[in-house]
Amino acid sequence: MERVPILKLGDILIVSIQIDLDDQSVLTLQEDLADTVVSRGARGVIIDITAVEIVDSFIGRMLSTIAAMTRMLDAETVVVGMRPAVAITLVELGLSLGGVRTALNLEKGVVMLEHARSAEG
Amino acid sequence: MSGPQEMPIATNGDVVLVRQKVRSVAAEIGLSLVDQTKIVTAASELARNVLVHAGGGRVEVEKVSTGLRPGLRLVFSDEGPGISDIAQAMTDGFTTGGGLGLGLSGSRRLVDEFDLVSAPGEGTRITVTKWSR
Repeated sequence: MERVPILKLGDILIVSIQIDLDDQSVLTLQEDLADTVVSRGARGVIIDITAVEIVDSFIGRMLSTIAAMTRMLDAETVVVGMRPAVAITLVELGLSLGGVRTALNLEKGVVMLEHARSAEG
Repeated sequence: MSGPQEMPIATNGDVVLVRQKVRSVAAEIGLSLVDQTKIVTAASELARNVLVHAGGGRVEVEKVSTGLRPGLRLVFSDEGPGISDIAQAMTDGFTTGGGLGLGLSGSRRLVDEFDLVSAPGEGTRITVTKWSR
């Protein structure tokens, strides 16, 4: 099983998925992220799926779970870099990723998180 | 056409290998990027089903052709408990495995042909085909 590294930039955690995730790695990443959000006091999480060729129902559920989980830990999650073919396939599969915020790329994801924060005052 | 190639599905790692194999064959026969993504996603769902519901099984990956149109056929089979109510199993949101219940119904939408043969105690055999456009 491979582990996905979690990078910290200010109070944002950045996870860039560069490997073909097996189901166990997916579950490990969820747990690692919850732990890291708390231990680092992160306010935002960006999951970069630019390199991800497919999102099936298991990985889709992971994205929703991470978004819900981090929200409970007072951090906002943004998924960035989804490929067009992945978006088309997800919709046909029947997954709408409700509750998951998305941005086209890492830069826009960071801006989205900064806006969310300044809105809080 | 080369004959079918059989791969085991016994671990989470095997599911990843099946995805990679299906991706490379789909690219080889010239499926569009969107169609490649759809068949690989369907393969991932169906391979996981084999693992979760039957504890393991296998898939045969085969290049097929109707005259000029090449296609990719995948046959997933297992000797698991089988499916007693196929119509119910094909319904969006119905699950016995603790998942989202989109594996079967969702996969069917991602492929051109979908055939499911199963009976309680007799395992399950699912054949899917994606044709080049």
